[in-house]
Order: sequence, then C-alpha cells, then structure tokens
Amino acid sequence: MFSMLRVPSISGSLKSASRTLITLRLASTLVFLESSRDGKVLQSSLSALSAAQQLGNPVTALFAGSSAATAAEELKSTGGSTLLKKIIVADSKTYDNYLPEALTPLALEILKDPEFSHFVVASSAVGKNLLPRVGALLDYQPICDVTKIVDSSTFIRPIYAGNALATVHCGQNKKLVSIRASSFPAASASATAASVTNAPEVQISDLTVQWESENLVKSARPDLGSASKVVSGGRGLKNKETFDKLVTPLADSLGAAIGATRAAVDSGFCDNSLQIGQTGKVVAPDLYIAVGISGAIQHLAGMKDSKVIVAINNDKEAPIFQVADYGLTGDLNEIVPELTEKLSLNK
Amino acid sequence: MSKSLRILVPVKRVIDYAIKPRINKAGTGVEKTGVKFSMNPFDDIAVEEAVRIKESHKKLVENIHAVSIGPAKAQDILRTALAKGADTCTLIDAKETELEPLAVAKILKQVVTKQNANLIILGKQSIDDDCNNTGQMLAGLLNWPQATNAAKVEVDEASMTVRVTREIDGGEETISAPLPLVITTDLRLNQPRYATLPNLMKAKKKPMEKLTLSDFSDVSTEPRLKVLKVEEPATRAAGIKVASVDELIEKLKAAKAI
Repeated sequence: MFSMLRVPSISGSLKSASRTLITLRLASTLVFLESSRDGKVLQSSLSALSAAQQLGNPVTALFAGSSAATAAEELKSTGGSTLLKKIIVADSKTYDNYLPEALTPLALEILKDPEFSHFVVASSAVGKNLLPRVGALLDYQPICDVTKIVDSSTFIRPIYAGNALATVHCGQNKKLVSIRASSFPAASASATAASVTNAPEVQISDLTVQWESENLVKSARPDLGSASKVVSGGRGLKNKETFDKLVTPLADSLGAAIGATRAAVDSGFCDNSLQIGQTGKVVAPDLYIAVGISGAIQHLAGMKDSKVIVAINNDKEAPIFQVADYGLTGDLNEIVPELTEKLSLNK
Repeated sequence: MSKSLRILVPVKRVIDYAIKPRINKAGTGVEKTGVKFSMNPFDDIAVEEAVRIKESHKKLVENIHAVSIGPAKAQDILRTALAKGADTCTLIDAKETELEPLAVAKILKQVVTKQNANLIILGKQSIDDDCNNTGQMLAGLLNWPQATNAAKVEVDEASMTVRVTREIDGGEETISAPLPLVITTDLRLNQPRYATLPNLMKAKKKPMEKLTLSDFSDVSTEPRLKVLKVEEPATRAAGIKVASVDELIEKLKAAKAI
C-alpha cells in the first residue's frame, strides 16, 4: 500500500493514477477524544492523538458532548500537527457522560466513510466501554491496549498481565485500536489549521439507559495516569491512618500522584480509582515509589514500565525488590517520614 | 410477580492468576501443559453476583445458567459454578481452538436467545488475553444496554430496572437501565464464596448440556487477528539495595529522578 503512495511519475497511466488516489483516500485515521466538562482535552486522549499520528495518515479528531466545541478550539490552538486535518464536533447533550449506547451510533455513522482505515481511542474507561461495542457492530475484532505501533496493521499488546507481549497483525479493512496512554507521549502543543465541522445527525439510540450520578475523587494532585512521579502504598501500611500519615506527605514533598495496590484499596486505605495494576490503572512515571508493596504479578502489570522504581519494604524477600532500581529494607514508619523530611529540605 | 429474571453467566477457564506464565519455545504463545487452570477471577465474581441476586430476590429469579466455551476440561469450572449456585450450564467444546472475543460474543448471542436470558453477567476481562471486549460486544450484537466495570448492582423488582455503580477513571458513576441488560464485573463487586464439598457433590447432579463449535457453524471462528509472535517483555536490569535514606536520595539525584 505504501509503495503506491510513492508513485513518482506524473505521466503514469490514468489507471494507476486513479488507483493511487483511491489508496490515498482510503487511508485516514479517526481518533475519538475525550474532554472534561469544561472542555479540557484529557491527557489520555492526547496520547491517543499522538498514536493516531504515528500511523502516518491524515487524522480526523472526534469530540462529543456539550463541551465538544470548547475542546475542539483548545485542540486547534495546542494539540495540532500537520497530520491533523479535521475536527468533528458532535455538540449534543446526548453524548454527555459518554454512554456507549449513545456514542456507538455516532461512531458507526462516521466510520461508514470508507476513507477511515483506522479508528483509535485511548484505553480509558470510556474507550474500553465504547470500542468493542463499535467493533461488534462493524464485525471487526479490535486490537486492545496497544503499547506499540509496528506499522499500520501490526501492533504490540501485552497479555497475561504484561508477562508476555503479543505482536498481532490485523488484516481487517478497518483497524480498531485502543492504545495504552502511558506508552505514547501526549500530542505536543502547536497550533493547527484543521477545519472544524459538525458531526452528522444520528438517530438517537432507543435504549433507555439513565445516567444518574457520579462520584469523582477530588484532588489537587496530578492525574495518576499521566503523573511524572507516583507514590504508591500497599498492605504493608496496615491501615488508612498510616496510609494517610506516610504516603500523603511523601507524595506532597515530590508533587507526586498517589497510587495503591488492590490490597490497600480493598482494605479501605484509599479510593478504588487509585488502584494500579492489571485491573486498575497502568502508569509509567519517571519515578515510582512503592511503599509497603510486596509486588504481586497483578500490581507489577500496572507499573513495571516506570523509569525508576524505588521500593521501601520491611521484607527483604519481597518480589518488588526484583524490579526495583533502588531498594531500601526497613521499618516504613521510620524510613518514610525521614525520606519525606529530607526531600522537603531539598526543594 | 412471576419469576421473570433469567440470568446467564459466561465463564472462562484460564491459567490460574497466581501462576507466572511462560512463553512456549516456538514463541507463538504461552505454555499450557502441566499448568494449573482455574475460573477467570472476574467470572467467579459474576457467578457470585448472580447467586446473590437470586438469594435476595427469591421470587424473581427463574434460573442461573452458566456457559463456557473452551476445551473439554472447561467442564471443571462449570461444575464449580454449579457448586456455587448456578442451576444449569452449557459446555461448548471448542477443543484447542482459542476464540477471539468477537466469535465468543456471537456464540453467546445464540445461547442468550436459546436460554431466553434477560440479564447477562460477565467478568470485565479475562486475565489471559486481557481484552476487556466480550461483554460490550455481546451487548452491541443484542442491542442491549451495557453496564461495564460494575462495583454495585441493585435490582428493582417493581420496575424491573437495574441500577449499577460503575468504576470509571476518576471515581465512580451510577447508571440505571431496564432489562434486558449486560453487566460486566469489577473486582470490587463482591467476595466470591467457596464451593463447599457437599455443594460440589450436589453440582454433579445438576444438568450440563454439551455442545461443540459445530453446533454454531454459522459463526466463523477464524481469528481476525494473526498473532505473529509472543515474547517476553524486556527484563529490568537488576537494581541495588541502599542502606539509608541519605544514600537513596543521593542515588535518585544522580539518576535525575528528583
């Protein structure tokens, strides 16, 4: 396909020229982007955009919901690239809260255009909820949680909690891809001349799903998924009081996000949305400090791509020390406050 | 009210969660011989939730039907599901064929029709392929609503609607939908019970329908994605143990991590 793109001769036969045109027209990427209520493009979506650009074809971005127009303007001024050609805005309350029952008909309508060879989403909670439903209705098997794009039809994705990497080739006409945000840089800031158009009107889903409420954890900390530093606590912290007393100040001293293991979440030390691992968030910060974490397979799945891993644990046999760059064995109640104090002095 | 809730619970047999998988010599997949298998943990939670709904809405639930598509040995996990409280089950023997979520969803759709199920509870993902697809695909194919990553499920008998609290990135959200509905389970939903020995004995008497993939010959099981290779992730270079907080800070500074 790519060799066709390089057809250099203007004097080529009419037939080959028209074939080239068709090929060009056929290769284009649609990327679904999420924005917050006030129209900020989410970090994970900026990663999806940069992954979409890695595919090398023209990119069309899709925003949906009441904040879509604001988000499109923000993207135009900051998230552009030469590949971003078009922004589709589906400005309707129908799409608020990103219910997949509402978004699917919209995505299907837009993807009907044979121009779209790829549909990319971040494998966020919203992306994971939407993409397979779209895939089933288009009769395509999506490629999920991709960590590396080899070429436009070959992708690498982790399986078995990240204990193996599968290279998969997708021969389907459209490639539906969800990408792991921590494996792709956020699209860099630059202005773009991409045109903004309104989404096609789509018949509203007849499914009567009611969105009732949400309960979001309010925090002034950096977003866990995109933080450059993460301090994470596990069962070794014993209780919520110790978690708050040790982990929170340490995170404050570094300006880090707070994460946790499933054991810590299950025991009520902190909110479930902070869980890192195979079934929680996957992070890859520059610095990951694991406090009182043994290092079970399921937890490692969510953090072992961190650049520098520090483990603080009283059990010198804990498996976390096998992946830690720097390990410190000893009593958390003494080590963590001392570390916090010395880091604060350093600032 | 007549009994009007028919729950279907698809379960998958996977390599036990505590086992570190090894890549096979050919680099085409994970070594499966001589390895311990068990029910996918999320499916265990799905079974538990179905049984809890039956226990708290005795007059409502007609039947809990478990289904598994996999090798003949998947009947072990179906027996476990029966021992935990499922009433009936179907084993769809796929021999060694590993089906992609799309094919699984298509087969399940036919099972749903046959069982006349109106509530499907699945695990949010299987811990082997980590796809997190099947529930959403099944909901799409059936044109039913979906409530994925459920942390809490409440059935309202009067209106026959289900309210589900879902795990989302920044916290949780609550949605409600009338039946029929597809729910996928998150770890927080419940704590699965153990299958006791008397219940395991009783489970042997519960009905198990046995089908094979040829009973679903209109569903193509040809993989859409071709696995070119499976390899170990890069191993991290061995780290060092430091003796004190000061040494740790020194090392982190040298590594430009702080």
